Amino acid sequence: MKLLLGLITGIVFGFLLQKARVLRYDKQIGALRLKDMTIVKFMLSHIMVAMVGIYLLQGFGMVNLSPKATVLGANILGGLIFGLGWGLVGYCPGTAAGALGEGRIDAIFAMLGMLVGASLFAHTYPWLKATVYTWGAFGKITLPPLLGINQWLIIAVLLVVYAMFLRFLERKQL
Amino acid sequence: MNSNGKSWSPYVAGALSGLLSIASVLVAGKYLGASTTFARVMGMIERSISTTLVDTPYYLKYTLAVDWQFMFVFGIVLGAFLSSRLDGSFRVQLVPDMWERNFGSGGIFRVVVAFVGGMIAVYGARFAGGCPSGHGLSGLTQLSISGFIAAACFFAGGMISANILYGRRR
Repeated sequence: MKLLLGLITGIVFGFLLQKARVLRYDKQIGALRLKDMTIVKFMLSHIMVAMVGIYLLQGFGMVNLSPKATVLGANILGGLIFGLGWGLVGYCPGTAAGALGEGRIDAIFAMLGMLVGASLFAHTYPWLKATVYTWGAFGKITLPPLLGINQWLIIAVLLVVYAMFLRFLERKQL
Repeated sequence: MNSNGKSWSPYVAGALSGLLSIASVLVAGKYLGASTTFARVMGMIERSISTTLVDTPYYLKYTLAVDWQFMFVFGIVLGAFLSSRLDGSFRVQLVPDMWERNFGSGGIFRVVVAFVGGMIAVYGARFAGGCPSGHGLSGLTQLSISGFIAAACFFAGGMISANILYGRRR
């Protein structure tokens, strides 16, 4: 049942990514070159809706949060490494799969590289675990408890900030 | 807003995908993410070569089998195929348009950079603990500190390498 749900969720997600045209190399690199912010519009719209929905349902005790651990060393170094590769390949792991679906052959080579990258990581992890993963490890923390501010106040502020940023992008016609 | 009349506004599609992620967490208890699948698939491949290859702490963290996220990533391929076939935007293409305008239509260079870039990207994604889906979408949705940090670094790193690659080109 879980597998079927995963498949259905993926099909709908892939459909929406393709409809918004965010799977394309040109859109991803366009965002990184600050020329076309379509993917940022998609991501922020997703986040604005999901943030409100997930925190509402969590308030009713219907869902649990599952934040990833904050480890400054790994989040920052790994994040920068991801970015450097992303700027070259022009697809992220999810969009490479979708790009393949809409016929982009280069996405196959991207995904083969991604598999090799995963293997390289798995085999260097023991060394990283003893070093980088101990730098700034704070566990699974989220913004509200860290700031000691009510979550809905933070969500309201973020909604305004995100909306203003999107309005700025529209004004600049990005 | 878009040159292609058959495409949807990224605001509409993005908001709908937000509803989808709420439904996924509610029904399956699963937050969207993609990059773990590459580690899982590679673990399965390495295990089929030799079981000693996967006897390493990272692969031991995971059940090396087809799971929810594997099916999710596979579904993305199908969903994108379906959508692009239905509206006629499906196009078999090796060299992306922007790439071709700047580096020509030669496929080898693109293939090599796509492979190397993919390799670096997923190394970094696994290192950081997630990709733009897991850290970006799901992390920011949950107001996770790791999500804000990783997402900022994703874009910072990407701006550096994309701008080095393209310089002042079109």
